[in-house]
Amino acid sequence: MDDKKIIKIYLYTRFERFWHWLQAFMIVALIITGLEIHGTFSLLGFQRAVNVHNFIGLSWLVLFAFFVFWLFTTGEWKQYIPTTKKLFSVVIYYGFGIFQGKPHPVEKSPGAKHNPLQRLTYLGLSALLLPVQMFSGLLYYTWNLWAGFMIPLAPVAWIHTLMAFMLISFLLVHVYMTTTGHSLFSHISGMITGWEEIYETTTVEEWELPAKRK
Amino acid sequence: MTKKCIPGLITIMLTAFLLVGSSAPAATNPGGDEAPGRKMAKQAVKREKRWITTDHTKHEILQKPFMSGEEVTQACLSCHSEASAQFHKTIHWTWLASGDKKDMKYGKAGYSVNNFCISANAMEDKSCLKCHAGWNGVDEGVNCLKCHGTEKFNYKEAFTDIQAFAQDDDPESKEIMEEIQAEVTNAVGKIALPGRNNCGECHFKGGGGDGVKHGDLDTSLMKPNKILDVHMGTDGEDFSCTRCHTTTNHNIAGRVYTNPAVESSKSLLEDDLAPKITCISCHSDAPHKNDSKMNDHTDKVSCQACHIPEYARVNPTKMSWDWAKAGDLKDGKPYHTKGELGKDIYKSIKGQMTWEKNVVPEYFWSNGTQTSTTAEDIIDPSTVVKVSHPVGDAKDPDSRIFPFKIHRGNQPYDKINKTLLAPLLSGEKGYWTTFNWEEALTLGNDTLGLPFSGEFDFVKTTYAFPITHMVAPKDKALDCTQCHRRDNGRLATLSGFYMPGRDKSTAVDSLGWIIILGSLGGVGLHGLGRFFTRKNGRRKNHG
Repeated sequence: MDDKKIIKIYLYTRFERFWHWLQAFMIVALIITGLEIHGTFSLLGFQRAVNVHNFIGLSWLVLFAFFVFWLFTTGEWKQYIPTTKKLFSVVIYYGFGIFQGKPHPVEKSPGAKHNPLQRLTYLGLSALLLPVQMFSGLLYYTWNLWAGFMIPLAPVAWIHTLMAFMLISFLLVHVYMTTTGHSLFSHISGMITGWEEIYETTTVEEWELPAKRK
Repeated sequence: MTKKCIPGLITIMLTAFLLVGSSAPAATNPGGDEAPGRKMAKQAVKREKRWITTDHTKHEILQKPFMSGEEVTQACLSCHSEASAQFHKTIHWTWLASGDKKDMKYGKAGYSVNNFCISANAMEDKSCLKCHAGWNGVDEGVNCLKCHGTEKFNYKEAFTDIQAFAQDDDPESKEIMEEIQAEVTNAVGKIALPGRNNCGECHFKGGGGDGVKHGDLDTSLMKPNKILDVHMGTDGEDFSCTRCHTTTNHNIAGRVYTNPAVESSKSLLEDDLAPKITCISCHSDAPHKNDSKMNDHTDKVSCQACHIPEYARVNPTKMSWDWAKAGDLKDGKPYHTKGELGKDIYKSIKGQMTWEKNVVPEYFWSNGTQTSTTAEDIIDPSTVVKVSHPVGDAKDPDSRIFPFKIHRGNQPYDKINKTLLAPLLSGEKGYWTTFNWEEALTLGNDTLGLPFSGEFDFVKTTYAFPITHMVAPKDKALDCTQCHRRDNGRLATLSGFYMPGRDKSTAVDSLGWIIILGSLGGVGLHGLGRFFTRKNGRRKNHG
């Protein structure tokens, strides 16, 4: 195991990378403008923060629909099916093994880009956190259309705020986790170029090799 | 690989942003077309002047030598046969809010009081009659010239003189009389629809002086620039009062005591015969640029709340009046002291007062009606008595957040009957002459036919005036953060609704920050752990 060679495979397609970074940009921008609207600090000025927040929020909503469409037409949704298989060994790895220099118990492959812990996290993120955030945001944005007949704005705002805090928390942990690869930046560079480093012994299909894949 | 990606990425991003561009708010629509509300309002006032088909100076009946005011009125009525009958039914004549003359509850001529000169004492206080549009209270005919005469002329004095000289046989007296009559005839011929001078003579000086009462109505509006009032500015639209206070059968649109100016706000598109008294009439309820978040405010926030950043921007207005301090004399004589703004801050006959300029309004929910505490109503002297206060609630769809001037008073009340008292002020037996509260209060309440126990004290009161004039140009309107801010915002005292930027749930925020700090602490410790055990990894990898 110690003398395994590291090779690169093409793991993230153009669309996935684009979607990932666009979403990252939007989430960061929404968090910054959102906190300003929340009254935490002032940066852009309230009015501009509201305009930017609304614009990006609505854009995200539209783009998310494309993403969901892509997810189901490509079958990539299967990457999000949760599993308990090896889940605990991943947890134990991050809790102990990583300090002992042990290898990651689950290697990435195109058929399984996410380890069991990632699957669970990303499922929670894209099936629960983000939709709730988008829906509460939409309710917030259109509040004047239904205000007066239904619930007051406060609970909508509270949910939207709480979800935002959870997204910030996710972002912090997520960015930290990128540093746990073979080198500090190998995961990040993988998400930029599409090429992820894995150990040689992992079974790699022929079509995954650099020469065969553009 | 990466190079090939870039054009693709750009194409996708551009497509995405074009796709969502149509649903994007103002951020993507800088400058561009004029706001619809402005466009509509401009169309509504496109016709520059009303055309008039008569010249009153040419009417023979107005050229005769008049002996009395009543004769002038008869001359008017010889053509405008219904004018007097119409006018008799209006509040400008009756000084009662209700059309029913027996309903004395609300109105200057009724039980209404304020915290300025308190009561008109059923018109027994003759100094109040200066503003009544009759030749002598309601005893003689309507003085049409009060509202329709363009020349400022003291008819009352002129007719007193004419009648005095008419008694005299001296030809010189007759000559003088004819001279005065010629002046009267000259003034009477100058008839027009009511102008600012007519309305302003009473409404700018309500409460006994310039800017005393309203705060958004004072003589600075006689000839304002558009920075003071974007509608009335003589360098702008130059509206007269009646441009918005439209009139039917001599009934002029506007709020009176408890009654709102309009039952419901409608634009001219919805009802072109509705009074043009509301902003919505001409500007519609979505006046800002399309997709502007500002349009989402109009169901909760009045136009005035943002577009009148401060009132009394030129002349000062009276903000408080403490009657309890009245009666202090120097060497047995009444005196007065002027303050910084050139206004009296103490007057022996009136007490202590404060004046302010550029005042930030106080904001309340308002559905257009106001509560009114009259001299009949039971008060709770342990609280600040709201003599006049807006009615409204955050949950009421007809209520808007509206700016108000709150005038704070300290005025006499009956300790036994628990009612506000109506002292007689002017005249020989009035407080201003006698400085005797007991007598003034007894006589005053007598005029209204209301009891006075003889025991009185002073109670703190408030009187609310809606701020609706002195609309500033759009670039002077309030910035979002005047209200959308955590502390010291303009709406800090209004509760019952959630406002972004001002409100938060302490529980949600605390929980949120705990989650974030927990995550930060977690990854920090984990990272430190990896840093200190980094050699384990290397040994394994390279050993």
